[in-house]
Amino acid sequence: MLDFLLKIFGRDTESSKNVAKERLRLVLVHDRTSVSPQILEALKEDLIKVISDYMEIDEDALEVTFDRSEKSVALVASIPIKKVKRTAAVSKTVS
Amino acid sequence: MGEVIVITSGKGGVGKTTTTANIGTGLATMGYKVVLVDTDIGLRNLDVVLGLENRIVYDIVDVTKGNCKLRQALIKDKRFEGLHLLPAAQTKDKTAVSPEEMKALCAELKRDFDYVIIDCPAGIEQGFKNAIAGAEKAIVVTTPEVSAVRDADRIIGLLEAAELYQPKLIINRLRPKMVKRGDMMSIEDIIDILAVELIGVVPEDEYIVVSTNRGEPAILDPNSRAGQAYRNIARRITGEEVPFLNLEEEEGFMSKLKKIIGLSR
Ligand SMILES: Nc1ncnc2c1ncn2[C@@H]1O[C@H](COP(=O)(O)OP(=O)(O)O)[C@@H](O)[C@H]1O
Ligand SMILES: [Mg+2]
Repeated sequence: MLDFLLKIFGRDTESSKNVAKERLRLVLVHDRTSVSPQILEALKEDLIKVISDYMEIDEDALEVTFDRSEKSVALVASIPIKKVKRTAAVSKTVS
Repeated sequence: MGEVIVITSGKGGVGKTTTTANIGTGLATMGYKVVLVDTDIGLRNLDVVLGLENRIVYDIVDVTKGNCKLRQALIKDKRFEGLHLLPAAQTKDKTAVSPEEMKALCAELKRDFDYVIIDCPAGIEQGFKNAIAGAEKAIVVTTPEVSAVRDADRIIGLLEAAELYQPKLIINRLRPKMVKRGDMMSIEDIIDILAVELIGVVPEDEYIVVSTNRGEPAILDPNSRAGQAYRNIARRITGEEVPFLNLEEEEGFMSKLKKIIGLSR
């Protein structure tokens, strides 16, 4: 009802095109992530590569998922750590 | 050796058949040898849009099943030198043709024609798989609506999975006035979302209805804005660089009047 009144009095300035764009953006995030599980696999491999520079992780227990809710999609990663390198030993900062 | 291009969309009713008919006619009037293949088996349409419905004897299923020679099934358009149609079957369903048969058919057509243009049915099932099987390039048609763009996105993903990379995009039925007042997604909005290259923008145009009534593609009418857009697309397909149409519509009477009496710029 409030929406309706706002519309009548022209205070609802959100153009329908912007509504369309936002809805599309979200629906495509949903679509693309559910249609392509390969994305997750590729992401996992890359994550392992990057993180291994800093710490030893349990690769088999690594979990990466999409957490879908109505208004957003979040990337949730659970990465069990086995060992962390001593700061001085992080090769990247040294070289 | 010709080129096989599939016209596809996912969603139905966005203008695949209209686009196929117009681009095909355009390429033929430019002097190319063109064959249009209707793969919408069971829902034959391209023949009526082209005005060739009374000349069908054999269809695509007759060809793939060996009931006739390919040459016998091809309808030669008497109005335009070089334009041919291979009609869909009306009484069978989409499983009557297999992707392998389509591949072989396209390979054969490509030997004799400069352009083999395939009108794809709606959906992502067998009919779609058949239509893209023998294609080397793809053109995706969408309209500036959420559902059509969403389906286009899905189709682009499926095309890439089938190794048809970098499809080109046609935005059909654009209404510049609605875009201007913020009630329709703009060309930029859609390109931004789909991240593919644009090959043309076709405005909403009443003449499309008139031309479909007559069975004469709009591209033949010098006054049709959609026709103009399709002429440009046909030229771009041949590799020519053609600037995009200015789709700014004629000003309405009221806004002109306001300008005259100094109410607005
Ligand atoms: N640019 C346009 N302006 C007005 N009407 C159009 C336009 N493009 C397509 N149409 C109409 O939309 C309908 C669906 O078009 P069609 O080409 O049959 O779509 P598809 O093959 O994708 O199902 C037809 O009635 C056609 O006349
Ligand atoms: Mg169609």
